[in-house]
Amino acid sequence: MTAATAVPLLALIPFAAALALAATGNTRRRFAAWLAGLATLAALALVAATGPAVFSGAVLHWSVEWVPALSLTLGFRLDGLAWMFALLITGIGALVVLYAAYYLDAKDPAARFFMFLLLFMCAMLGVVLADNLVLLVVFWEATSLTSFLLIGFWQHRADARAGARMALTVTGLGGLCLLAGVLLIGHICDSVQLDVVLASGDLIRAHPMYVPALILVLLGCFTKSAQFPFHFWLPHAMAAPTPVSAYLHSATMVKAGVFLLARLYPALGSSEPWFWIVSLTGLTTLLLGAYTALFKHDLKGLLAYSTISHLGLITLLFGLDQPLAVVAGVFHILNHATFKASLFMVAGIIDHETGSRDMRRLNGLWKYMPWTGALAMIASAAMAGVPLLNGFLSKEMFFAEIIRHQGHVALQWLLPLGATLAGAFGVAYSLRFIHDVFFNGQPVGLTKVPHEPPRFMRITVEMLVVACLAVGLTPDWTIAHVLAVGARGALHGGIGGTLPAYSLAIWHGLNLPLLMSAIALITGVALYFSLHRWVNLHRLDSTPALPKHGGRDVFLILLENGRQRAVAVTSGLQNGSLQRYLLLLILFAMVAGAWPIVTASAPALAQSPAPEPGFGFIVIWMIGLAAVAATVIMHERRLLALLPLGAVGLVVSLTFVYFSAPDLALTQLLVEVATIILMMLALHWLPAESAPGTRGSPARCTRDAIVAIAAGGGVAWLAWSVLKLPVESISPYFLETTKSLGGGTNAVNVIIVDYRGFDTMGEITVMGVAALIIHGLLSDWRPAEAPALPTRPGDTHPLMLALVARLLLPLAAMVSLYLFLRGHNLPGGGFIAGLVLAIALVMQFVGSGREFVAQRMSMDFHVWIGWGLLIAGATGIGSWFVGAPFLTSTYDYPIWPLVGEVPLASASLFDLGVYLTVVGSTMVALIGLARLSATEPPR
Amino acid sequence: MMAALIAIALGALTAGGVYLMLRARSFDLILGLTLLSYAVNLFIFFMGRIRIGAAPIVDGKLAPTLANYADPLPQALVLTAIVISFAMTAVLLVIALRARAATGSDHVDGRDPIQ
Repeated sequence: MTAATAVPLLALIPFAAALALAATGNTRRRFAAWLAGLATLAALALVAATGPAVFSGAVLHWSVEWVPALSLTLGFRLDGLAWMFALLITGIGALVVLYAAYYLDAKDPAARFFMFLLLFMCAMLGVVLADNLVLLVVFWEATSLTSFLLIGFWQHRADARAGARMALTVTGLGGLCLLAGVLLIGHICDSVQLDVVLASGDLIRAHPMYVPALILVLLGCFTKSAQFPFHFWLPHAMAAPTPVSAYLHSATMVKAGVFLLARLYPALGSSEPWFWIVSLTGLTTLLLGAYTALFKHDLKGLLAYSTISHLGLITLLFGLDQPLAVVAGVFHILNHATFKASLFMVAGIIDHETGSRDMRRLNGLWKYMPWTGALAMIASAAMAGVPLLNGFLSKEMFFAEIIRHQGHVALQWLLPLGATLAGAFGVAYSLRFIHDVFFNGQPVGLTKVPHEPPRFMRITVEMLVVACLAVGLTPDWTIAHVLAVGARGALHGGIGGTLPAYSLAIWHGLNLPLLMSAIALITGVALYFSLHRWVNLHRLDSTPALPKHGGRDVFLILLENGRQRAVAVTSGLQNGSLQRYLLLLILFAMVAGAWPIVTASAPALAQSPAPEPGFGFIVIWMIGLAAVAATVIMHERRLLALLPLGAVGLVVSLTFVYFSAPDLALTQLLVEVATIILMMLALHWLPAESAPGTRGSPARCTRDAIVAIAAGGGVAWLAWSVLKLPVESISPYFLETTKSLGGGTNAVNVIIVDYRGFDTMGEITVMGVAALIIHGLLSDWRPAEAPALPTRPGDTHPLMLALVARLLLPLAAMVSLYLFLRGHNLPGGGFIAGLVLAIALVMQFVGSGREFVAQRMSMDFHVWIGWGLLIAGATGIGSWFVGAPFLTSTYDYPIWPLVGEVPLASASLFDLGVYLTVVGSTMVALIGLARLSATEPPR
Repeated sequence: MMAALIAIALGALTAGGVYLMLRARSFDLILGLTLLSYAVNLFIFFMGRIRIGAAPIVDGKLAPTLANYADPLPQALVLTAIVISFAMTAVLLVIALRARAATGSDHVDGRDPIQ
């Protein structure tokens, strides 16, 4: 296995393990934990395996095509920065899995938890490893989605659901901004590949779209990394199980934002807008977070605001736009991840073993859990930036870079002042975390006696604390190489480049940064104890000197506002009245239809000569118009209205005859018969008349009449305009080739079964589905009470009708067969022949009653639909076997014995499928309705 | 003249269909849809223009051009459309019937508006 192929495996292993967990039950806790742990360790091993290549300066690439049309690849790219993050993600991931195995309650669905955790790990690895920006955004959104699932893991808790929703909304919206920014960058560079983008910093910065792209990308970073004013989601995400907080909210998810700042620094950094936006956002967040953290009573709340503050610090470092500041930022990412993960785990242990996270109740735990307390002290000291710990080193570098910054006069005072102040608050809240929890009197009203956690739960904290100490004491032996590759990746995107000179020594002599550290330390200690003595932090209910309402309230107001508007729009449009929807639909169709005619210039009217109407046609349509009017006028007396409706259908059929469409005329005539029978059957179960008084007000009828006349006028106008235009059509091709290619002279039928066979396939499928819907709705259903039929003795089944129908059946079957066979050359075909047979069969019902028919033939016509579709489909698939596309037709003229030459096209077999489907569908619909009046119970 | 007569016929079918579709009763709606589908089918059919005595049966006696035969394409489209609209009418009728049995009203909204 080459080093490059290890890169995709790295992201794939957690994903595969998550899939495996999805298949296991939640009861197998140990199995789930072991699987998750081993998968994470395997990924960690791959990170270690790729280490030598990365340290030698190589950038590992692996990619496959994803969307070739957009030249997008599914590719991974491992440089120093990505490697460093992969180490964090898998290393801390392994510890978190071990921790969670002990933290989770027996009631919690363990497999689901570890599945979500692994999915998140995969998404996070994808973010850092993606070799192009679009793929990065995809994984970025995947981290938002999986973190939603993890924060809301305790689904029964309202605060967990709300916190998860808020995190998803804020980071998801940021992700959309990021996508837009990424697309802009892709537009500028003509590529979204990181290799290209990172090498075209000058091109990007000189482009007019640079500032919009920068702001959009930064919105993505700031929402993800909880920067002011989007920081409010992070404290609410503390409703997550503590392993999730230790993982997502210290080492990974919130670091995705600062990762992207580091990643895109070569492309977007080194500019005025970058400096001002990033550094000021960072400074504000740093101060706000550090100040607020001091006044939180919830352990995790304190840690959340502390995290916000440290993320602000990192952001500020990247914003300073100095090479060494970038190094310091990368360094602090590593250090913060270690001490903050361990502190979250301590908070989880305390919560787990005492049942509370409230610092007003947790006091004097030192005598119950001294070992945990000692670990917490070291980690807190690292957080406060006490010498000999890792936090001190990066904080010193931070102070040094703040002082080094030149050029902006106002900031030369503001930055050091703000940094020292934030440092003092950092010391104060770190002190509070220790003093308030482990000392300061006795526990208040705890539900259980506190005790040390299980051995393996604590070992995770121990390992992280050892890391804090090791880095703090011997930075050159432990972290220097990792930091060097990471920083080089951030500064130069893995493409060559050198690092600025820096030293990780603990002692740099007496200098200004050390003085700032000392001031911060002394002020912080003094601040905490004076607040403790004279103000009593426990009695403060909110953060003093800050407005009570913050970003969270604005967010909630916006959300509620949006919801109300959505409800208003929806209920305004959708009031549940079908008539209203139809009216809107018709009006819209009218506007859409009239628009092009009104706006377009009138085409040159080359009048095509039209024949003058014959007397017969005029008479037919006089009857037709009268029948339309009669249908509308008499529609409330329903049975009666069917008479003019049938007449309209006949007139339409005659129109088809008159205008050279014999196939249509036949189809229309047959459908008309079937429709009228169907409606009469249905009317048996519907009111015979529209209920009086439900017609609607006269005003409403007038309005509808106006709309109807306008619609009719529009259609008439449209038809009249079109009919005058000369025709341009692809149809000559069909006429020319119907015989030579389709093997039939009836061009209409050849088009249906051959040229547009696939279309017809779809249409008979629709017809079959419609019939099956009817079958499903009616086959197992009986009306509660049947309306009484007006019965007169002797005339239930008129003798004449019964006899004629019976005599006609074989004749009709013959006609049907004849129409079917000749369809390819003369009017006829599967649709028409099928309707003929169906109607002849239905006439038996009408003439002799359904019992008579049921005794003589199977009623299971839905089987016909299946056979029809099967035959039609098989004909289509058959052409695959001769290497032709679906439904390619062929034909021959075999000589049959006795009959002679018979044209036989494969399309005829397809037509047989149409035939069977049409018979089956029509019969299912009609029988379904007819059967309702049967006395026997449904089968 | 012929075009005008056809246009009037299509207009009348559409107007009748639209008016009935805007009624409150399910059966009236189905009647309206039936009228409207006549109009639509005829409209598509007439996109092949007005031809008399030129059925598209290409029997070899005349050259296969649009000058000698009616346009077969709209005819093919309309033929399947007629059958499909029959199937849809059947579905609507059955739904109307079940809806009336389930709600006790044949109002299109499943309940009569409060008077």
